[in-house]
Amino acid sequence: MAIDCLVLGAGQEVGKSCVVVTINGKRIMFDCGMHMAYNDHRQYPDFSRISKSCDFNNAIDCIVITHFHLDHIGALPYFTEICGYNGPIYMTYPTRALAPIMLEDYRKVLVDRRGEVEQFTSDHIAECMKKVIAVDLKQTVQVDKDLQIRAYYAGHVLGAAMFYAKVGDSAMVYTGDYNMTPDRHLGAARIDRLQLDLLITDFDFHGICLVFQFTFCKCYNSEIEYRNSLFIDYAAAVSDTVDYIIVSYLISLPCPEMEALAFGLRSTYATTVRDSKYAREREFLKAAASSVLHTAVASILSFVVIIVVHKCVAGGGKVLIPAFALGRAQELCILLDDYWERMNLRVPIYFSAGLTIQANMYYKMLISWTSQKVKETYNAFDFKNVHNFDRSLIDAPGPCVLFATPGMLTGGFSLEVFKHWAPSEMNLITLPGYCLAGTIGNKLMSGNPTIELEGTKIDVRCQIHQLAFSPHTDGKGIMDLVKFLSPQHVILVHGEKPKMATLKERIQSELGIKCCDPANNESVCIPSTHYVKAGASDAFIRSCLNPNFQFLKSGSEEKSVSGSKCTEGTLPLWIKDERVAEGILVLEKSEKAKVVHQDELLLMLGEKRHEVQFAYCCPVNVDELEKFTTTSLTPTARMLRDPNKSSLIRLLVAKLSRKLSEGNIQDFGEHLQVESFHLSVCLKDTCPYRITNGLEDKPRTAFFCCTWSAADDKLARKIISAMENRDLVET
Amino acid sequence: MKFTCLCQGGGFNFPPCHILNVSGFHVLFDCPLDLSALTVFSPLPNDFYKAICKENSDSQNRQKVEKPLDANDLIFAEPWYKTVNNLHLWNVSFIDVVLISSPMGMLGLPFLTRMEGFSAKIYITEAAARIGQLMMEELICMNMEYRQFYGAEESSGPQWMKWEELELLPSALRKIALGEDGSELGGGCPCIAHVKDCISKVQTLRFGEEACYNGILIIKAFSSGLDIGACNWIISGAKGNIAYISGSNFASGHAMDFDYRAIQGSDLILYSDLSSLDSTEDIDQSSFSDDNNNWEELMNSLSNYDESVEEMEKLAFICSCAIDSVKAGGSVLIPINRVGVFLQLLEQIAIFMECSSLKIPIYIISSVAEELLAYTNTIPEWLCKQRQEKLFSGDPLFAHVKLIKEKKIHVFPAVHSPKLLMNWQEPCIVFSPHWSLRLGPTIHLLRRWSGDHNSLLVLENEVDAELAVLPFKPISMKVLQCSFLSGKKLQKVQPLLKILQPKLVLFPEEWRTHVSFSDVTSFSVSHYSENETIHIPSLKESAELEIAADIASKFQWRMLKQKKLNITRLKGRLFVNHGKHQLLPENEPGGSSQTRPFLHWGSPDPENLLAELSKMGINGSVERCMTDAESEDGFTVKVQDPEKSMIEVRAAVTVISAADKNLASRIVKAMENILEGI
Repeated sequence: MAIDCLVLGAGQEVGKSCVVVTINGKRIMFDCGMHMAYNDHRQYPDFSRISKSCDFNNAIDCIVITHFHLDHIGALPYFTEICGYNGPIYMTYPTRALAPIMLEDYRKVLVDRRGEVEQFTSDHIAECMKKVIAVDLKQTVQVDKDLQIRAYYAGHVLGAAMFYAKVGDSAMVYTGDYNMTPDRHLGAARIDRLQLDLLITDFDFHGICLVFQFTFCKCYNSEIEYRNSLFIDYAAAVSDTVDYIIVSYLISLPCPEMEALAFGLRSTYATTVRDSKYAREREFLKAAASSVLHTAVASILSFVVIIVVHKCVAGGGKVLIPAFALGRAQELCILLDDYWERMNLRVPIYFSAGLTIQANMYYKMLISWTSQKVKETYNAFDFKNVHNFDRSLIDAPGPCVLFATPGMLTGGFSLEVFKHWAPSEMNLITLPGYCLAGTIGNKLMSGNPTIELEGTKIDVRCQIHQLAFSPHTDGKGIMDLVKFLSPQHVILVHGEKPKMATLKERIQSELGIKCCDPANNESVCIPSTHYVKAGASDAFIRSCLNPNFQFLKSGSEEKSVSGSKCTEGTLPLWIKDERVAEGILVLEKSEKAKVVHQDELLLMLGEKRHEVQFAYCCPVNVDELEKFTTTSLTPTARMLRDPNKSSLIRLLVAKLSRKLSEGNIQDFGEHLQVESFHLSVCLKDTCPYRITNGLEDKPRTAFFCCTWSAADDKLARKIISAMENRDLVET
Repeated sequence: MKFTCLCQGGGFNFPPCHILNVSGFHVLFDCPLDLSALTVFSPLPNDFYKAICKENSDSQNRQKVEKPLDANDLIFAEPWYKTVNNLHLWNVSFIDVVLISSPMGMLGLPFLTRMEGFSAKIYITEAAARIGQLMMEELICMNMEYRQFYGAEESSGPQWMKWEELELLPSALRKIALGEDGSELGGGCPCIAHVKDCISKVQTLRFGEEACYNGILIIKAFSSGLDIGACNWIISGAKGNIAYISGSNFASGHAMDFDYRAIQGSDLILYSDLSSLDSTEDIDQSSFSDDNNNWEELMNSLSNYDESVEEMEKLAFICSCAIDSVKAGGSVLIPINRVGVFLQLLEQIAIFMECSSLKIPIYIISSVAEELLAYTNTIPEWLCKQRQEKLFSGDPLFAHVKLIKEKKIHVFPAVHSPKLLMNWQEPCIVFSPHWSLRLGPTIHLLRRWSGDHNSLLVLENEVDAELAVLPFKPISMKVLQCSFLSGKKLQKVQPLLKILQPKLVLFPEEWRTHVSFSDVTSFSVSHYSENETIHIPSLKESAELEIAADIASKFQWRMLKQKKLNITRLKGRLFVNHGKHQLLPENEPGGSSQTRPFLHWGSPDPENLLAELSKMGINGSVERCMTDAESEDGFTVKVQDPEKSMIEVRAAVTVISAADKNLASRIVKAMENILEGI
């Protein structure tokens, strides 16, 4: 049994996520994304690799989409409407609701800006969406008789989910993008502890270090100064302790610029962060608070955004926030609207036409998919200060904040506004999130002062601020998730090769889990779990659950038990209860395999048990026995001429317990018992089991009749040797 | 497995209540309140004087002579709530799991959870829990009015509970208060703290989510279509699946449809959709109403139609009656009963008003309405297909969002809200609790409008209208009684079961005459009746065991020729996890050699034994055993070579006596060759 995993996209790269997994004959396509940076055939996954004859309906059992970002869903209408896939498509309710908006928005940009031939039409999008089956979180969906899938909350964007898939005994999880720490409007990823053969996880390209990658405005002399100014603003608003944690966190980062930043902070923050104290607690903080810190950093960074935006509008400037239709825009808007409300600001916040107040309607209905905090307020997406933007307002005087599509300034309305606003130093452009190479947004981030657009040069004098937080996961998040799920194998996708290699190394060395990062169009095959199914009888199940106590005397290595100050003679007793399931698997022709208890087997066969036992009548020299134990016995005990059974047994127990390391000797007065070994005094003159002759003559010999079952032969032979003194040379 | 029906309930608001004992766990299905019993109490009197007078004159006036009930026969006190009586016969600490199928099935929970020793795990769907909680909070809020009026309860229990007082109640009321067998009424109203405590013990689920109880039972909820969040349950364990079918609706206009496919293939079906019998009589109009013929005609023409169409027609009829009333200058009072119907009625009435271009305000007066209306617009996952399509196209799930914004609907927490008083305008249409006509704003409005023959009161059939309106008599306002589906129609039961393909179905005793299963061969049927325990035979003989491949690869098969069996020993560690038994390899595989005895059977034959022994170089002679009279076929082999030893063979045991352990083990081998064993 094996799981085959064909990576069609996002293998050692970022963009067009698409993985086709075959589990026990069922084929699932996870995500169907497009690559934003290409215009040619590379923008879609190479679907021909799934089926040479392009008969996708028979080749694929279902498609699962994790969230509405274009690099996860962009190729879906193309695949269903042009390539002709008609099977089921699963996604969460929010993704089902929001994906068409996202696709339509992108399609428009494509056609408007590039004048390109559209790969799919609005009708295609609508038709494609009709094939979608919306699922709820944690709902176990039976795709067909054998295949079941289940969505788990992933954070990241509204409706993002990780998907669990199970066929037979093999199970896997495909994460898509997720974040392990809650952000302003979404909770952290949540998943059950599952038994998994395979985990396919997105490794994201901008990890925690990049979170701090600011692009700086010209008015500040240096990075450090700029950052300090931000943090000083921020410090006015929050308590000292939070600062302290954040600063400590920054210092704990390996990146040299963070060290520099932290140094700058320390000097300005003499009152808050005392060096001596810091030195003492550095280690502690690093260890104890790292998970809390992720959240703290997120909150500080969101505050930075507001401060920067507020600063700009306070100075009469205009703020342009290019964003895609859904996700970041709403997230930021919650922050701004709330801040505006609290600070009683009157500067208008606009949504451009593509973006959309209507989108907020969706968010309102889907509020149960947001974080707990947002959920508790029913009107979180009822923005009070948000208005629709009109083209005529572009050159209107006075400050404002504008959210405009598309993100990354790839064209459309946001680029048009950019042309108008970029030349003014008063204005600000906030880029929320990552900008792909080749986009204007990316050029701005790399500090290009002039941008060439359709032949005209634009002198960018405005401030540029990249929104510092990333809703993607980071190295730590991935490690946490992998550790939590402990799958048999991990496959990393959606990341740049060198960075993934480091994590791959860590997963293998730290967690001991096999890990690989296949390139596009590579196929990976991993073994999968398989169970043999059988019916189990009640008697078998019951026998497995029976306690199986073993009493062990504490060995030498276990002497240092805390708190057990044992006096001599009362050795602590170790109790072990390791239940072992033992039974018999019966395979009858044309019937289901069945596991039974051994007693039941005989009933089934109609046979009676035939036991094989050993017996031996063992002669023991009483003198020797007494000598061995004289220390405790007074001469009066030499009444053994008339052998008293229980005293003989007692003597023997004393002797055996010194000589035997294993077994639990039980003294029943008349007889003694070690496991199945049973011993009693034999008073018969001619015992059938008395094999060795000639000892009868010796005056002080007592006979002990022993029986035991074949299983305890080893132990029994040891006991007998001990009794006959064959193993020890007495002095 | 055992099944006990504690109460068959009565209609939508009082679902049935059962207890199932499965895999050693007690599972309680639903914990409802019989709110129809509230009718024995008098609504809050207008004036305190009247109440006092009544109390004083009571004992003299009441006599054992039966006469028609009048308003003064009712109990003038803070109401008590009737829980499922048979539940009290059970020790609450023995209940392990509580499964709640609908918001109505949840109302009795605070009575249960406040009992000492209650420690069960409660599972409810997220939406049902939320709506149920709102219903409880509303009930407490309305009950507060009584408490404020009558004052806090005396420690000795209320006056009316005394036996002498109860004896004086007219028989009709006594039957409601005490039940057929004269047992007591449930208890006083819980407080908010009880509800909070109860909710904190609840684990909420989504449809299709797997909850694992104690590693053994997997519990899943699937939509029943009855109301928002209402569900049927599947309990699966290693020994089969049990489906619990509560009142279910194939095509709902609000809640997600009855998901019968999920129940397909269950081994046992506990059929608890008891409303089907009631629904045969369909919509009836009470004697108070005036347009009898019209309604009957309507019903006849609809009888063959699809259920959802039928339900929509009923809504339309109510709307048209309401429009008629307001046109005539009267007001309409619609006590809020079912959440789904309430939300649909709001939409429909607004549409009707639009059509007839009326501008009549719609008021919703309820302490929880605002929250309920906001909540219902955020739960697309729990709604029917048509509503989900609204989400996908960006429209609100229910029209009330828009109507409130357009100020066509006004929501107020109470009748005395200042905003309501400023806004009040008659005629109007009012939705308010409670359908028993004993609690909440309905009382005040009913008093106001009961004399107006143009006004209209809309009640459900499940309510005993005669008794409900008793305190408001004489009444000249019109009363419209209607019924909505509370479950499947009877004729759909058989086809449904044919699709579900169970092995065994449990039906209520009453059905024996109505639904015949004589022609059904694919499954067997048992009947249950209230307060009687049925033993259910085991669904599967053996539990499913999953054996890890590591263990399976080490099997050493042995063929038993005479029985054509293959057998092998099996050893590992048993895990009971997520409802499955799994046999995994031992942690320390060091002791791979046999530690437990071999199992042998068969009867050794002396010749064979001697032959086997001589193959191993052991020689001896057979002696018939004379000492043991019982074992006739016993014999003894005396071995002389290579060493003196003895083999004593009897019917069930062979004893080998040899001083040398090598010799002993060789003899054992010889024995094994002639015996069967594993």
